[in-house]
Amino acid sequence: MPFALAGGILSLSFGALAVDTGFSWIAAIVMSAIVFAGSAQFAAVTIVAAGGGLGAAVAASALMNSRFLPMGIALGPSLPGGPVRRGLEGQAVVDASWAMAARPDGTFDRSFLLGSTAVQYVTWVLGSIAGAVGGGALGDTDRFGLDAVYPTFFLVLLIHELRTGRGRGVAAGGALLALALVPFAPAGVPVLAASLAALVGLRTRPGDDHGATGDGADAAGQPAADRRSSPDDLGTDRAGPDA
Amino acid sequence: MSVDVWLLIGACAAVTALIKGVGPVALGGRPLPARATGVITLLAPALLAALVVTGVAGQDGHLGLGVEAVGVAAGGAVALRGGSILVCVVVAAVVTAGLRAIG
Repeated sequence: MPFALAGGILSLSFGALAVDTGFSWIAAIVMSAIVFAGSAQFAAVTIVAAGGGLGAAVAASALMNSRFLPMGIALGPSLPGGPVRRGLEGQAVVDASWAMAARPDGTFDRSFLLGSTAVQYVTWVLGSIAGAVGGGALGDTDRFGLDAVYPTFFLVLLIHELRTGRGRGVAAGGALLALALVPFAPAGVPVLAASLAALVGLRTRPGDDHGATGDGADAAGQPAADRRSSPDDLGTDRAGPDA
Repeated sequence: MSVDVWLLIGACAAVTALIKGVGPVALGGRPLPARATGVITLLAPALLAALVVTGVAGQDGHLGLGVEAVGVAAGGAVALRGGSILVCVVVAAVVTAGLRAIG
């Protein structure tokens, strides 16, 4: 529920930002209703606001969403039915629901995932309506500090991500790369280029002590398997990266 | 704004639905090769960090900090102390709005 309410505030600031960028209020609401992916929506609109093109905006939103691919693969075995039904239910994957639906044994609580996402969808769309319609009426929404909501939301998600030493180095690398490019590169490119920092993941190999986050460690890491065989460690050592 | 908004929305929706739909179907439920998973799982911290710093310090093609940076830092501090994400974003907005009202 905190995530749904925070998501509502985030989508309120999205609605205001989109209208401020030049979207009609209907376009801002429709985007939230059919894209329903906060980071991707902000990435796309921020790039357009800064004068970037359609290709850069869509590419940035696709990269932002690329994390849903491994998340969906991890979820797959917990979904019933054939490929079409699993693909449709996979649309319910959003960061907070996915993380909270994850069970320690690697399976997912499907009803929790669907229910949690349904609530978040409602607050997401309602927030967008409030932001898109109200943003214009309120005038400069920066007065209310709404411009701080978007970086803070992702900072909190980032802090949740950074439970592994490896993720910290990659985050720092991505941040530095993006900052270094801001004065020179066209809008959108700094964030796209930051994804290059993730290439250190190529060094993942069996026996790597740090492994990758979440299911990556399960697939690659013998040490992860060893830890799992020790019930005492399950609740402590592994609770962070999976949450 | 030089972009066709509806084309942008349609493309973003299609790409998002495709990415979300492929995961549960791909590989028949088997995991990705470790190397690919290693890169993909690290995309989130890299991109999130880049979005945070460009959102805070990248102002129209140059680097600079506004008062919202203080608000974001306050929200981050609350998160590090285990605060709920809702409290974090409210603190960030209130601190930023407060500083603007004073300044």
